Amino acid sequence: MGIQVKNLIKEFDKKRVIDDISFNVNDGEILAIVGFSGSGKSTVLKLISGLITPDSGDIITTGDIAMVFQYSALFDSLNVFDNISFALVERKDLRKKFSKEDLKRIVREKLALVGLSGIEDKFPSELSGGMQKRVSFARAIVTEPQIILYDEPTAGLDPISSTLIEDYIVRLKNETNAASIVVTHQMSTIKRTADKVIMLYNGKIVFTGTPEELQKEETPYTKQFVNADLDGPMKMFAE
Amino acid sequence: MERFYFKNTFSYKLLLTLREYLTVFLSTLGHIVMMMGSVLKRVSKLDIDFQELMYQCSRFGVSSLPITLSIVGMSSIIVATQIAGEMIKQGGGNYVGMFVAILLVREEAVIMSGFAIIYMIGSSLASEIATMKVTDQIDAIQVLKVDPIKYLFVPRILAGIIMMPLVVIVATLFGIVGGAVASNLSSGLSYRAFFDSVWFGLFVRDIYISIFKAAVFGFVISLISCTFGYYAKGGAKGVGDATTDAVVWSFIAIVFIDMIFAIAFFF
Repeated sequence: MGIQVKNLIKEFDKKRVIDDISFNVNDGEILAIVGFSGSGKSTVLKLISGLITPDSGDIITTGDIAMVFQYSALFDSLNVFDNISFALVERKDLRKKFSKEDLKRIVREKLALVGLSGIEDKFPSELSGGMQKRVSFARAIVTEPQIILYDEPTAGLDPISSTLIEDYIVRLKNETNAASIVVTHQMSTIKRTADKVIMLYNGKIVFTGTPEELQKEETPYTKQFVNADLDGPMKMFAE
Repeated sequence: MERFYFKNTFSYKLLLTLREYLTVFLSTLGHIVMMMGSVLKRVSKLDIDFQELMYQCSRFGVSSLPITLSIVGMSSIIVATQIAGEMIKQGGGNYVGMFVAILLVREEAVIMSGFAIIYMIGSSLASEIATMKVTDQIDAIQVLKVDPIKYLFVPRILAGIIMMPLVVIVATLFGIVGGAVASNLSSGLSYRAFFDSVWFGLFVRDIYISIFKAAVFGFVISLISCTFGYYAKGGAKGVGDATTDAVVWSFIAIVFIDMIFAIAFFF
C-alpha cells in the first residue's frame, strides 16, 4: 500500500484548509488532486511529504517520499550533477555508500530516464523551464522512492513541454511502480496521467472517480470545473 | 451629541501600534534564539558538514577582506592625518602610534569590520537563504531528508565565528600601517617613532578582547542574517524585506554588543 490518508485536518490561522479528507493511493497508481487555486491541493502534498504536520488524522506511507516542486526548486548554486546527486552525497544514511563512479553512473542513468543526457555540468539558470522540470524529476527519483508527489508539474509550460512532462510522469510510474500524486488543475494532465481523481473544494473532497467519470459526471462541481464556468457552487474568491 | 469612544483616541491607537511592534520584536527575537539553539545543538554533537564549512570560510574571507581593509585602512588614515600634526605640536608626537593602535584594536577595526561584513556577507547570506526559502529550495532539501540547519546554517554561522577574528586581525595590522604612513606623509612623523609607541598603551588583554569581540560579531551577524532569510515569506518583496531587516538588526545588535563589551571590560 503506497499512501493512506485518514480523516486529515489542517488549519492555518484558525481557518480550516483541509477538512477531514481520506483517500488511498496504491503502488503503481497515479492519483490526480484537482481543484481551483486555494482549494488546499498543495497543502495535501506538504502534509504527506512531512513539510507541515496535520492537526489531526493519519498519513500512512511506505518507503521514501520524493517531491517535484511547482517551480522545480533546483539548487541554483549547484550544477545539474550536484543537484541530482545531492541526496546521495548529503543524506546521513546514504553518504559514503556511493563512490564517485557510482554517483556519475546513477546521475547519467537518471538523466537518460528523463530524456536529458550530457548536461551534468550545466547550472539550472542555463536550462529551459521544461528541462529544469525534468532535472527535478531526476533529482526526485535518485533515491528510488516508493512515493512521488508532483506539485503542478505542467504549470507555466507550453503545451508540447506539458505533454512531454505528462509522458515522463507515466513513464516514471511504470519504471518505479511508485504511488504517485499529481496536483494539477489542467485537464490535459489529468487525462494523460491519472488513474483516479479527487476534487477538492474548501478543503473537502467533492468528487472521487476516474478521469472519464470526472468529464461525464453531472454534478454541479465537476460540471463547473470541466467547463471552467464562473457560475456554480465553487467560488474562486470570498464574496 | 457625539458619543466618546475610547477606541478612537490617539493614546489607544498608539498603544495598539506599540503592542504590534513589541509582538514583532519578541517573535523575531524568538526566531533568532530558536535558530541559535538548533545550530548549537548540532555543533555540540559535532554534526558539521566540514566540506561546506571550508567553502563558507573561504567565501567569507575572500568576499569581506577587500572592503574591510579599505574601510579600516581609510578610517585609520583619516584619524592619523588629523591628530598626528596636533599631537606633534603639543609635544605628544611619540604617542601617535599608541593612540592609533588603541583606537584600532579596542574599537575601530572591530566595529568597522563588523559594518563591512554586514554589508558584504550579512546581506548576501540573508538574500541567498531568503531566495532559497521563497523558491522552495529549503523545502526541497527537507523532502530529500537532508537537515537544512546542518547543511545551510551551521557552516555559515561557524564560518562567521572563525573568519571574522582573522579578518579583524589583518584589518588592524593594515590600519596601523596605514596610520603610520599617513602620520609620516602628513606631519613628517618617523616610522620608528610611530611603531615604538604602538605598545605604550596597548595590552595583550586588549588583543584577546578584540578577537573575542570579533568572533561574537561574526556569530551574531551570520545568525541574524540566516534567521531572517529562513523566515522570509512571499516573493521578491519577501527577499528584499528579509535582507533589509537582517542588515538593520545586525547593525543594532553589534553596536549594542559593543556597548556591553565596553561596559564589561573598560568601565
